[in-house]
Amino acid sequence: MNVAIVNGRIVDPASAHDAQGGLYIANGRIAGIGRAPEGFRADRTLEARGAVVAPGLVDLCARLREPGSEGALKVEMRAALAGGVTGVVCPPDTDPPLDEPGLVRMLRQRSREAAGARTYPLGALTVQLKGEVLAEIQTLAETGCVAFMQTRSLPHDNGSLLQAMRYARTFNLPLWLRPVEDTLAGSGVAAAGPVAGRLGLPSIPVVAETVALHTIFELQRATGARVHVCRLSSAAGVELVRRAKAEGLPVTADVAIHHVHLIDVDIGYFDPNFRLDPPLRSQRDREAIVAGLADGTIDAICSDHAPLSLEEKLLPFGEAEPGATALETLLPLTLKWATENRIALPAALAKVTSRAAEILGEDTGRLALGAKADVVVFDPEAHWRVTPENLRSAGKCTPYAGYELQGRARFTLVGGDVRHEAE
Amino acid sequence: MASNPQLNRHGELHHLLSIDGLPRPVVERILTTADSFINIAEREVKNVPLLRGKSVFNLFFENSTRTRTTFEIAARRLSADVFNLDITRSSTAKGESLLDTIDNLTAMQADMFVVRHATSGAPYLIARHASESAPHVHVINAGDGRHAHPTQGLLDMYTIRHYKKDFSNLTVAIVGDILHSRVARSDIHALTTLGVPDVRAVGPLTLLPAGLEQMGVRVFTKLDEGIRGADVIIMLRLQNERMRGALLPSAQEYFAHYGLTPERLAHAKPGAIVMHPGPMNRGVEIDSRVADGSAAVILPQVTFGIAVRMAVMSIVASSARMQ
Repeated sequence: MNVAIVNGRIVDPASAHDAQGGLYIANGRIAGIGRAPEGFRADRTLEARGAVVAPGLVDLCARLREPGSEGALKVEMRAALAGGVTGVVCPPDTDPPLDEPGLVRMLRQRSREAAGARTYPLGALTVQLKGEVLAEIQTLAETGCVAFMQTRSLPHDNGSLLQAMRYARTFNLPLWLRPVEDTLAGSGVAAAGPVAGRLGLPSIPVVAETVALHTIFELQRATGARVHVCRLSSAAGVELVRRAKAEGLPVTADVAIHHVHLIDVDIGYFDPNFRLDPPLRSQRDREAIVAGLADGTIDAICSDHAPLSLEEKLLPFGEAEPGATALETLLPLTLKWATENRIALPAALAKVTSRAAEILGEDTGRLALGAKADVVVFDPEAHWRVTPENLRSAGKCTPYAGYELQGRARFTLVGGDVRHEAE
Repeated sequence: MASNPQLNRHGELHHLLSIDGLPRPVVERILTTADSFINIAEREVKNVPLLRGKSVFNLFFENSTRTRTTFEIAARRLSADVFNLDITRSSTAKGESLLDTIDNLTAMQADMFVVRHATSGAPYLIARHASESAPHVHVINAGDGRHAHPTQGLLDMYTIRHYKKDFSNLTVAIVGDILHSRVARSDIHALTTLGVPDVRAVGPLTLLPAGLEQMGVRVFTKLDEGIRGADVIIMLRLQNERMRGALLPSAQEYFAHYGLTPERLAHAKPGAIVMHPGPMNRGVEIDSRVADGSAAVILPQVTFGIAVRMAVMSIVASSARMQ
């Protein structure tokens, strides 16, 4: 099927292309940018007047609860598409964890059936994510895992991490690591600082992040392993990544969109919607994250989507599950960050498209001739209110509840297939 | 940020959740109201009918017979019907959620919940929920995690005012495990709200939380320096489980450096008073000679506590509904 998207502003972050025109899709791939290829006949024409035509978003972390919750993936895929997300990296902290090929195959199968966004499973680095025994990562890679992650924190045992890096290096597989030293994070639920002090919340000090980063980088120096650092939260952490990159270590980093906008003060009177992992830190930390995004220290922004139920969330702050529904707010909040910091649209979108795809090593996240036609057409000015009814995700808990946001997908295409149309 | 969840739209105290954020006149009114209840305790008939026909539920998700008893006495002296629920053993053990429990009790025509919970902020969740589903219901925080124990803070202020009359030129030192202490946080907010110019926290660095300076507190790690010239010394209880471990090596070493002895007390201002929220660990944070000495006002604190809790209950009960 041939699709023409006409009269839009075509923005391709990878090539810095930003011009009015049409985008032409044939056989699921991009066949023309700006003008139609010769003899092109559209089976379907999508009107993009007033809208931006960009690569579909590649979200480096969204939980679809598959395996774990029957039917959840389908619902979350609707949310992804409504959010303009065409590629979803699924972390392995499922129930059970993604530590064997059968589970990964099942996830990919369910994902194909759902006809939603593309899924990129992350395999568990260790069996049951316990941080002890290595999972069969090469076998998992052959099944379709794009990288291997230890969720929550680094393995408890540095020896295990060293060997995991050596083993991954053998097959040139990237590791995705949360820079959290568990013995320092303890049972903390908020960032150490005046807010946690005042509210009497058990806290996580910045050193939990910096010690973990020092460990990661030192072991990288010893092994040469490729590492993607997931969910930075502190100014000191951003600075360590900046120096590691300057040194030439093979490292990339992301941040959750929450930490671009929110700080610990926003917890207010124990609002469990602001219970996140990593915890929200200070205004100074937030500013350092914004600066790290601007100078390229932080490569990508992810949603860190977690579709938690009210039962999991409507609890005293420290007992609430950390996380928030975020697939549908990733695009508008990325635009908000760009507007507030005067960042040009292509550079802003790169953080959720081309750079994210590069980290994955996937040929998506760009509008190039011959590339997969994963595309979002969005209205950058469209206002909408974050309410339970307006969210397609099963998760309704978000720190942005009641917010008026700007920017919403009009059409979302995966492989040239129009999978979402705004009502 | 959300508006102060303790006050209704007329600015009246509807719930008592924390002293943090309470306007000074509200705190002063509680202390003044408590004055009127002090005398009642000395009468033949100790009851007044202010809460007649009202149902007060003591919801203790964490055990504390002492605190529960003082709230119970206060409510009974106000002629309320009091129901004690030991939640640790009943509904939540069966998997019922916190808010389901609240809904159930609200359906039993509860008027006031006195809540003790091990998790910081739990009474806020209950109050927010009640404000939506049962706007007439009042929530009083009887201690939540490390966060707040506002009635203890208020009774401490009552005690200080009783002995020192004026807050405006006092030096008050709070000594011990500030990090884990809801009493310390409530005292700090109450003292700064009432205009105490010199509020100090004294303890080893393992027991001092971040951000004390932002709360208007001067931090000391040496006891002698911390209590030098103090008018009031508030000693905190050291929990048994913290006496040996990563935070402190032993109760003996703690006593050697932070235990209040008569010799140490000599550094304070002559006439200084010594307070303690109880129960005391004699020989750990406080020497018996101090606990039983003339500077100690620990038992009057308990007596004043009843009057202060009566004041809080009668004030919140007289406020307009939340919406």
